[in-house]
Amino acid sequence: MFDVGHSHDYFSEGGEQNLNNEWVLRKVTNKCYRPAGELFLELLEKHPQLKLSFSFTGTVLEQLERWEPEVLAIYQKLVKTGRVEVVAETYHHSLAFFYSLPEFERQVEMHAKQIKRLFGVTPTALRNTELAYTNALSEWAAKKKYKAVLLEGWEPILGWRSPTYVYKPPRGNIKLLLKHYKLSDDIAFRFHDSSWEGWPLTADKFAHWVHSYNGNGQVVNIFIDYETFGEHKWVDTGIFEFVRYLPEKILAHPDTDFVTVSEAATRYDAVGVIDVPHVVTWADTDRDLSAWTGNDLQRSAIEDIYAIEERVLNTGDARLIEDWRKLQTSDHFYYMCTKWHNDGDIHAYFNPYESPYNAYIAFRNALADLSLRAQEAPSKKRPDRQVPEKVRQAPKKAKVTPPSKTTAKKPTRPAMKSAQKPRARKP
Amino acid sequence: MRVLMFGWEFPPHNSGGLGVACRGLTKSLADAGVHVTFVLPRKTEITDSHLNVIFPPRERIHSRYLDVLLSPYLTSTLYENIRRGMNGSYALDMFSEVMRYAAAAEDIALTEHFDVIHAHDWLAFPAGLAAKKATGKPLILHVHLPSVDQGASLGFDDRVFAIERESFEAADAVIAISHRVRELLESKYGVPREKIYVIHNGLLMEHEDYVPTVKIKPNGGAVALYMGRLTLHKGPDIFLRAAEVAIRHNTNMRFVVAGSGEMDRQLLYQAAAVGLGRYVFFAGFVRGSERKALLRAADMLVMPSVAEPFGLIALEAAAEGVPTIISKQSGVRDVLKNSLAADFWDVEMLAQHMLAVAAYKPLHDTLAREGSREAQQSTWDVSAQRCIALYTACVTAS
Repeated sequence: MFDVGHSHDYFSEGGEQNLNNEWVLRKVTNKCYRPAGELFLELLEKHPQLKLSFSFTGTVLEQLERWEPEVLAIYQKLVKTGRVEVVAETYHHSLAFFYSLPEFERQVEMHAKQIKRLFGVTPTALRNTELAYTNALSEWAAKKKYKAVLLEGWEPILGWRSPTYVYKPPRGNIKLLLKHYKLSDDIAFRFHDSSWEGWPLTADKFAHWVHSYNGNGQVVNIFIDYETFGEHKWVDTGIFEFVRYLPEKILAHPDTDFVTVSEAATRYDAVGVIDVPHVVTWADTDRDLSAWTGNDLQRSAIEDIYAIEERVLNTGDARLIEDWRKLQTSDHFYYMCTKWHNDGDIHAYFNPYESPYNAYIAFRNALADLSLRAQEAPSKKRPDRQVPEKVRQAPKKAKVTPPSKTTAKKPTRPAMKSAQKPRARKP
Repeated sequence: MRVLMFGWEFPPHNSGGLGVACRGLTKSLADAGVHVTFVLPRKTEITDSHLNVIFPPRERIHSRYLDVLLSPYLTSTLYENIRRGMNGSYALDMFSEVMRYAAAAEDIALTEHFDVIHAHDWLAFPAGLAAKKATGKPLILHVHLPSVDQGASLGFDDRVFAIERESFEAADAVIAISHRVRELLESKYGVPREKIYVIHNGLLMEHEDYVPTVKIKPNGGAVALYMGRLTLHKGPDIFLRAAEVAIRHNTNMRFVVAGSGEMDRQLLYQAAAVGLGRYVFFAGFVRGSERKALLRAADMLVMPSVAEPFGLIALEAAAEGVPTIISKQSGVRDVLKNSLAADFWDVEMLAQHMLAVAAYKPLHDTLAREGSREAQQSTWDVSAQRCIALYTACVTAS
């Protein structure tokens, strides 16, 4: 708080700690991005039928380009095989869709430009941050000519139906691909849980489960956090060995192959309509946005960041606008979640802050400074929107600044999600 | 189940958290049908009427009095003063008092009927030990304030340490009031982990018919409250240093220091010396409705303890819906997760937390709501149930 009005460097804590983005990026690169990327490259060479889909945030690509360019090169090689699809999303891994459609559009466009520049391709399928989905999203995506949107294969929206088919939304000419969350979570969560009845999970066993849908489905959508490979599940769990043998075990059945998400959407007709009037995500048992916007801290933080949109954009100050967008990254709000705070579950693992309250304070301080900058910047247009009163007041108190520790925010743990290996029965 | 319990103080005539804890625990034990005979070292400290007030099912609680001079916060000067005021028949130093208490305990143990012995903190440990030797009944020691932790203000005494260590060795089980205390028992005293049971203190909500209103802050301002003894290990000086930093950023903040202790003058000078005079109020020792009034007037409670085995005041404040800022060296963090924490030496962080609670209303409100919910779950009934389970296990094992 002492730095409000003085230091604008919210995203660069130093030292070996989880608030230092470079340190985290390098750590996760060593455990996951490099070894997993190399493994997939090797597998693509070995299995000409293997297909993969990747969903990279703009943030992680930016960080890789800056700190680990050779690792970025691995992914460029992957895409160059022509068998790896890159999925569209918001550059900043934000929840802008639910707060500001114009900002959402700008971020998706920024991301598409970056993907074009780095990989030479244009995404044709869309996944929103945290798979957060409503009918409105597919309606938007259909207008923008996307072929498919990804979402959670959650029973309340599926009813008696199976996620192993391609569906469509009530409005818009577009396909919906639903995550098979049981099989996905078998890898992403239960893989090394020795109390789970499926443990130990082998490639053979998993392929057998996938093959059991032959004759009763079109696709098995395995969408998982990319950091599952080596970061959430460390190398000693055997996760890489599992992945190494999975393609051949899957392909062993003649009726099974791999498709990318857009290929799946092209290959199959929709068998029915999935209606999702309220937001469904892939998080927690509630599958809603409550992990990000469930408490007052989170709501006040996210509402206030979008409340200054016009003022920030009017400055035309590229750095200021970029900082504002970095503060939109959904992880900031996730860190403020008090659900885990009481129950002590999985959320804590990802949180670089000691408590949701500390996360909120750090965010608020950064936002207070950002608001001040936006206020002081020469505006290209006349700013006509009010900054909320408390936001405007807080920084003014910071007149005298003793030397102090900065409380800057880390924008996000590098988030590279993979929408991986939809598999399909041959027609 | 019948319990012979050795303590050293009991409300309302006490100045420490131990008496409050003993009262809360014994009340819940009695409610759960446990028969407690509570032994106190000094007759003058306790009156029947006082006990009658505290324990409605009074037939289940009996007090025994002994003629020894003991006080948990005894300093040599204080001891001298007390001794001079008495008729000279008392033993000459505190350790003799402890041993007198123990000798008397033996007699009591042989005449009372009970299943298990329960003793609170080092002054009562030898008494518990003597009762065990005399009867062979299982002994449970309850550690509220290990002497290594109190060392922060009183200085370390190896005679006390020796009594503690010997007692832990002889005991059948040791209760620690927080994980912080459990760690001290393991690391400083070498008590094996399997012998230690963490049973947190609970909260006994007091009802006050009339609570006055306190108005000391300007409109839009915020009050930060320190409430506790004014002694080194509670960190009241740290509170003022944090206040000094905070006031530079928000002149609408006000600070209240409530409590008494050997540091009171020093703190007055400290506040005056750094120009905090206008912003700090010294409320002195408060109790009852005044105490509640101050808590209700506060926008946050700050407990910057250097060493705090538990820190019941934080739980009490949280239950009243007051956001809490507590040092990481406080045991109460085990049960009060919805609070802000900082190392006691991190004055800037403490100040930052104070400013944040003052400036960000959603933060204040969420801490207030969640903290209150959490604190109200920390009842003595829960702790008493755990004690009963431990009694049963010890009786069965012997």
